[in-house]
Amino acid sequence: MIRDLAFQFAQMLLVLGLSPLLTGLVRKVKARLLRRKGPPLLQPYRDLVRLLRKEVVLAESSSWLFRVIPYVVFAGTWVAAALVPTFRSGLLFSWTADLIAIIALLGSARFFLALAGMDVGTSFGGIGSSREVMIASLAEPAMLMIVFTLALIAGSTQLSAMAAFMNSPEVGLRVSLGLGMIALVMVAIAENARIPVDNPATHLELTMVHEAMVLEYSGRHLALIELSSYLKLLLYVSLIACLFAPWGITTANAEPAQLAIAVVAYIGKLAAGGVLLALFETSIAKMRVFRVPQFLGAALMLALLATLLRFVSRSF
Amino acid sequence: MTGGALAGIVALFALGPTAIALSGLRVASPFIYAACLALALALGTNALVALLGFTTPIAWTVPFGLPWLGAHFALDPLSAFFLIVVNIGAAAASLFAIGYGRHEDAPGRVLPFYPVYLAAMNLVPLAADAFSFLVVWEFMSLTSWALVIAHHRDPENLRAGLVYLLMASFGTLALLLAFGLLASAGGDYTFEAMRATHLGPGLAALVLILVLIGTGSKAGLVPLHAWLPLAHPAAPSHVSALMSGVMTKLAVYAFVRIVFDLLGSPAWWWSLIVLALGGVTAVMGVLYALMQHDLKRLLAYHTVENIGIIFIGLGLALAFQAHGMPNAAALGLTAALLHVFNHSVFKSLLFFGSGAILSATGERDMEKLGGLIHRMPHTAVLVLIGCMAISALPPLNGFVSEWLTLQAILISPQLPSWGLKLMIPAVGATLALSAALAAACFVKVFGVSFLGRPRSPQAANAHEVERSSVVAMGVLAALCFLAGILPGLFIDALAPVTQALVNDSMPHQSSIAWLSIVPIAESRSSYNGLLVFAFILSSGMLAAYAIHRLASDKWRKGPAWDCGFPNADPVTQYTASSFAQPIRRVFGSVVFQAREIGEMPLPGSMAPAHLTVRLRDPIWDACYAPVAGIVSFLSERLNVLQFLTIRRYLSLVFALLVLLLLALAAWP
Amino acid sequence: MHGLTFDIAHMLAGSLVLLSFVQLYQDRLTALINVFAAHAIVLAASVAWQAFVQGAPHLYITAAIALAFKAVAIPYGLRRIVVQLGIHREIENVVGVGLAMLAGIGLVALSMVVMLRVTPGADPLAREDLAFALSIVLLGLLMMVTRRNAVSQVIGFMSLENGLVFAATGAKGMPLVVEISVAFSVLIAFIVIGIFLFRIRERFDTVDVQALDEARGERP
Repeated sequence: MIRDLAFQFAQMLLVLGLSPLLTGLVRKVKARLLRRKGPPLLQPYRDLVRLLRKEVVLAESSSWLFRVIPYVVFAGTWVAAALVPTFRSGLLFSWTADLIAIIALLGSARFFLALAGMDVGTSFGGIGSSREVMIASLAEPAMLMIVFTLALIAGSTQLSAMAAFMNSPEVGLRVSLGLGMIALVMVAIAENARIPVDNPATHLELTMVHEAMVLEYSGRHLALIELSSYLKLLLYVSLIACLFAPWGITTANAEPAQLAIAVVAYIGKLAAGGVLLALFETSIAKMRVFRVPQFLGAALMLALLATLLRFVSRSF
Repeated sequence: MTGGALAGIVALFALGPTAIALSGLRVASPFIYAACLALALALGTNALVALLGFTTPIAWTVPFGLPWLGAHFALDPLSAFFLIVVNIGAAAASLFAIGYGRHEDAPGRVLPFYPVYLAAMNLVPLAADAFSFLVVWEFMSLTSWALVIAHHRDPENLRAGLVYLLMASFGTLALLLAFGLLASAGGDYTFEAMRATHLGPGLAALVLILVLIGTGSKAGLVPLHAWLPLAHPAAPSHVSALMSGVMTKLAVYAFVRIVFDLLGSPAWWWSLIVLALGGVTAVMGVLYALMQHDLKRLLAYHTVENIGIIFIGLGLALAFQAHGMPNAAALGLTAALLHVFNHSVFKSLLFFGSGAILSATGERDMEKLGGLIHRMPHTAVLVLIGCMAISALPPLNGFVSEWLTLQAILISPQLPSWGLKLMIPAVGATLALSAALAAACFVKVFGVSFLGRPRSPQAANAHEVERSSVVAMGVLAALCFLAGILPGLFIDALAPVTQALVNDSMPHQSSIAWLSIVPIAESRSSYNGLLVFAFILSSGMLAAYAIHRLASDKWRKGPAWDCGFPNADPVTQYTASSFAQPIRRVFGSVVFQAREIGEMPLPGSMAPAHLTVRLRDPIWDACYAPVAGIVSFLSERLNVLQFLTIRRYLSLVFALLVLLLLALAAWP
Repeated sequence: MHGLTFDIAHMLAGSLVLLSFVQLYQDRLTALINVFAAHAIVLAASVAWQAFVQGAPHLYITAAIALAFKAVAIPYGLRRIVVQLGIHREIENVVGVGLAMLAGIGLVALSMVVMLRVTPGADPLAREDLAFALSIVLLGLLMMVTRRNAVSQVIGFMSLENGLVFAATGAKGMPLVVEISVAFSVLIAFIVIGIFLFRIRERFDTVDVQALDEARGERP
């Protein structure tokens, strides 16, 4: 019991500590691919520390909700990230929230972030919030259908059980898993505001979605929001890794040697995910805003097809 | 217990004439509402005791009505549950109206009908024969119609009342025919007799269609929903809350009572119809809501969406029951009934919020609100909780019922029929889509009305509403929270209901460790609202503590970022229509043929530019307009009957008489 | 035949259906031709896998023919035609991408229902592969119906034929001569269509088939 509790806390701190590094890796690889030197790998940590030391500037028309929202967003994202198996399935609290609840937690973080965009009462926040809810209105159903597919294959909606099932020899190569993986990658790109859906490094308001919502934040609030977006990226990469590349995840009772290997494997998967993401972002252009619904609609259709195939026959 | 319930209802009836007698006195309004509050609380507690300590159904007959029939009333678990829903809504509305009623211009048009409306709603779950059911059903419709046209000077309200009356009569006609068919087997109108006899499959299907039309029109199933967004906003806000939150649930009660209880064993293809209607209603309802900028109309369309979700749960329960899977049927039914409870709570909360806004600013249009979080802080927090609950965000109650419905969908691949295998994934996708769009809609509602800067002087000068209204909203918000973190208690309370209807119930939840809920088996899925809330709270507080230790805590106020175009006018911020524009373009252009027409003035002209958004209601164009056209065509043709001569009238009568005599002669 | 062989066959079939959907999604002609080439490559792979599993060496030749003609020669030819016609522009769909994909899902569901109900006693791998093959055929037809550009209609026709080849190789014992004759007839059809495209372009300056309707006087 104490061991399990310790592992749960270790996982929570691990995801918190590794998330800026993942974003740093993605930025570094993107810069290298564009023949720049790029910022150092540890730059996001330095950014966070710098932001924490700065004074917060609040807009005159903002309310108490504006000041509370960064904490709510961070809490929701951190709790969700802590429940995704990274190097060890069988997390102590995995039975409190299954994958549907994790997605709903991320959805509530997004709800509050969209409210923050509306709070100040300028047109920039409105652009961000309205586009974000349009993207969410298609990304979330696609994600739920992917959860359906996975739950129908694994027989459970709990992430630890799903990861354990995917790691066992009972799972074969299933068509619906393949379709689900493609749909999950598309949804993950949309949810994390990466190219081709949104540009995380833009300074032009008309091309922003996520950045426009958090335009007014500064200082420690902005540090929390940035940390939440790093955590969200880590969550999605870990999710794809634990579901579709589960090799190396140990079960609840494993020796220290296996655990060490599992941690190394996990860090390797994160690095691979980061490099692939950077490669993908560099090789494709950002879509027009109203092409994004077609993109996400395709993800929703793929996930719906995967669920349909699962309903039709057990062997799909 | 039964005597107390009946006495309470009679007292509610008596309050109606009392209100007429007291009209004109300033103390009449708070007195009547306080009396209603007390009676609703008493009736609700009565029903709660009946549900929790349930043993056998209680029935009693009152010598009222038709001489050979009497009026039968019965209290069984289903009735007790819906009585709890009714009385929670009634108590909250009465508490809200103690303060809100002071703003009423014509209390004499509202006060006499309100207690009678509450009494009729309390009687509907208790009625146990077709005659008394239809009488109290119509009574409920009539009193609510009187309340809808209470502000009769506005022609929109009169039109809303007319449409409402037409649809209600149409629905009652369908229900009358359904009860007639149900009673045709035995000739007896009591529910007991209907339960005992079984109809053939053709007649049972006909009864299902009639019940879907009759209760669906009252609940708001697409395409019979057209009266809802006209009538619900027209009534005073506490009555709107009752109509949306409670009366639509009584329509669900009627559906459950007739289809699950009286009709007996369902055929599997009935669930196809119910699921299809539920899915279409859910998506259409929320799409309509997203296009609105009138607060109350938006909330009314949202009720349509939630009714769709409830009917999806009911359809799943029907499918499972038809294939002999009572455990899964209990899950589907519990999900639907829990959503009935949840929706009545948070929809009433949101309608109270809009009533508070209406009384504080005089505005229902979101395009004229803004910045109310500074002027009405208590209302803002409570409405935020309502918005979170309705968007199905954990750890509140909306998420629990949606989660249970999704779990019911996940066990449905075991159903053997092909139609269901194809329909259920599609319905799951529409459920997910409507949940995501609902969250978008309520970001719009809260963001445009409460956040930002005030868009009109009325919004800038708003003030907080009376204490009793805030307390009423607070009680409902607390209920949302409680049902979210302790859902196991509510599911256990529903166990006797599902046991009576589908002969099984969900596993006992209160005995599970840490108060999680486990719908099927621990290994499949579980959810613990209390712990999720505790985690969110503790990690938020940990973050706040760490930040305040490690980071600077200085702050200052400054102007917002304006990108070099300083224009302090609040008109430059996003309005409800602009917020919904991306979704309107993606979904609305297909469903509503949404077109935006911008008229720019010529260069040099000082005229303003205009942006018009044109939407067409597809269901009105497809279903209602042709019917209205046919009716007016026929009535024009038949108008000639008004102007015949006496000789013509006599010859008409003569012809009919001869026809009837011929029929009598030719009768074998 | 369960286990990995079953799953790989299913995966290849599923990839074919996925690529048909990707074809429906494409806007631009060059991307569409690339997706069609990928479609043909996956078809060749699945035919080769069937050859390995069934122990039928003549199917390797079928796979090689599919690879050579449909993955290399025909896309190359189509790219040259597109460049010569000068139509690197967007394809106009008759219905939007969303509705086309929704219709595609309906067609897949339909073919599942039809195939799995009509063949209750057959080998499960063959039944489900036939169901996938029917859906590929229907998706090819859908593409022909929802496009205005003649080149994309040709590609829809080709992917329909891919589905037929896939169905034929799934059943055991398809003789080589059938495949050769089918492939040659498709090649002839393709050449004829290519010639016609050039003639249409010369006459009407466009390959938009709606313009042909206007020229015939059928559309105002």
